Amino acid sequence: MKPLKIAAVALGTWLAIAAAPLAAFAQAPIRAEVNEGVIAPLPIGIDIESSGSDLGDKITKVVMSDLERSGFFKPIDPNAFIEQSVGIDATPTFASWKTINAQALANGVARVDAEGRLQVDFRLWDIFSEKQLLGQSVTATPENWRRIAHKIADAIYEKLTGEEGYFDTRIVFVAESGGKGKRVKRLAIMDQDGANPSYLTDGSYKVMTPRFSADSQEVAYMVLREDSARIYVFNIETGRQEAVGQIKGMVFAPRFSPDGTKLAYSVAQGGNTDIYVMDLRTRATRRVTTDPGIDTSPSFSPDGSTIVFNSDRGGSPQIYAMNADGTGVRRISFGGGVYSTPVFSPKGDKIAFTKQSGGRFSIGVMDAGGGNEKLLTSSFLEEGPTWAPNGRYIMFFREPPGSLPSLWMVEASGRIERPVPYAGGASDPAWSPRLK
Amino acid sequence: MTKSVFKLALLACATLSVAACAGKKPEVVTPPPAVAEQPTPAPAYTPPPAADTTPLPPTGPVPGSQQDFVVNVGDRVFFDLDQSSLREDAKALLDKQAAWLVRYPAVKIRIEGNADERGTREYNFALGARRAETVSQYLTAKGVVPARISTISYGKENPIATGDDEQAWSQNRNAHTAITEGAQ
Repeated sequence: MKPLKIAAVALGTWLAIAAAPLAAFAQAPIRAEVNEGVIAPLPIGIDIESSGSDLGDKITKVVMSDLERSGFFKPIDPNAFIEQSVGIDATPTFASWKTINAQALANGVARVDAEGRLQVDFRLWDIFSEKQLLGQSVTATPENWRRIAHKIADAIYEKLTGEEGYFDTRIVFVAESGGKGKRVKRLAIMDQDGANPSYLTDGSYKVMTPRFSADSQEVAYMVLREDSARIYVFNIETGRQEAVGQIKGMVFAPRFSPDGTKLAYSVAQGGNTDIYVMDLRTRATRRVTTDPGIDTSPSFSPDGSTIVFNSDRGGSPQIYAMNADGTGVRRISFGGGVYSTPVFSPKGDKIAFTKQSGGRFSIGVMDAGGGNEKLLTSSFLEEGPTWAPNGRYIMFFREPPGSLPSLWMVEASGRIERPVPYAGGASDPAWSPRLK
Repeated sequence: MTKSVFKLALLACATLSVAACAGKKPEVVTPPPAVAEQPTPAPAYTPPPAADTTPLPPTGPVPGSQQDFVVNVGDRVFFDLDQSSLREDAKALLDKQAAWLVRYPAVKIRIEGNADERGTREYNFALGARRAETVSQYLTAKGVVPARISTISYGKENPIATGDDEQAWSQNRNAHTAITEGAQ
């Protein structure tokens, strides 16, 4: 991306207010943030134009939808715009945007250049201070127009919230169909907003718990057959999949280390489930738990030094942490109820988990060392949290009685909860890092 | 077990509906109109092939068959919530399984551990593995050679009851003994 011009403008008062809860989140514990109350979504106009094609309208819709689903923005219906066309090299008529209560405007133009490449130039304006906040040009092949839209949405989100964007990302998940007794489970991948779903396995065997590698190029997942449970790694670029190692026993719960060199997983042998770590280059394996209790669902901290996991060694399923070599095991969940599926946040400061209590399931977060527990959601059955790369959202799946499961996302303070747009049954989501 | 109860229930329903039919007011039956008989040439007679007389198979499952095991022994034991220890009813059934397996030494089995949906996926795989192992160890202690037994966990992936209540979940907390080879 070649910046046209990036204006260093102090944020207007309205922006400072809108961004305040976000800025506070980064430093303050979650509990303090909740007390700040409701989010007032920021009204914003989005208008990407194109002459002779509908690309501009399509990109506009995707940017609007991305921003709206974040919960922090309220895109204004383009039919309400008074100024119908702001030239890319012109200054908006700020008064007309104030009239419709827009606080920001992103306008741009999409065109296909002589080499057949799609280029979108856009500017972001602060309506009240009447200043440009951003001016950028994004280029890609025309079939990648949705990625251009996501990159524009990312730039707007970043400028106005001060946090990293997360729209240009993908979700790997399990597409589910069929009745409960005979579910078909296929490995599937789609854009973060549910677009471009594609299926990587044919459903002749069950797949579960896919997880991205740090570069998003590989997916580790579990395959369950009548007489075996194995971990496979799927290379998205080449379409190749291979079983990981010749491991005796049932193998499940894979998770890459953040640097992509290792894979942690569980092996059940002789009724005992322990956690192992494999060096993916040398294929050397190391057993890191030896307790006779169940040890599963390992997740590395971003620096790779710590593994959080699920264990019932103390009598009921709880969350424990240990050094990556298996030393220094300590329990970190202490509330009433049963805990499982711990996952480190991308910043390493929080752990998302599933909790069962009072006959219901919840997705929650706690500090990395335990404590400051907060439950974000609650329903009949939900589990499997995965973090957006910016640490602001958690995706999970929910299965109401008598229904197929579906994907949901919740903002890390619990104030915003949205279904993820995908038409079929879906479970076990894993959020990719930002695409390169 | 559940299946045969279901069949019985069906049968009961069928009987009931016959009874209900019998209770209906009789319909007037009109005989079909007489049809003028067309003379047709009689086909040439071919004697039926000579038949061997074979005794009818005994009723009920063939001893040593998979059906025999399922019907006369029972192929599934159930567990309490989040437990993998064997209940007394499970032990009694496994005693029968062990005796049957000792009687038919060519049979190989796979113990499939299952969990209800009231747990997270990965933990339930581990729980199912523990249940399968408990059954495997019990059968081994009762004289079944370990080499004849393999184990697997299906976690919460293969429920036999699809309801959303304790009735269904209690059915889904089980270990299933599947015959993989050597049955009659």
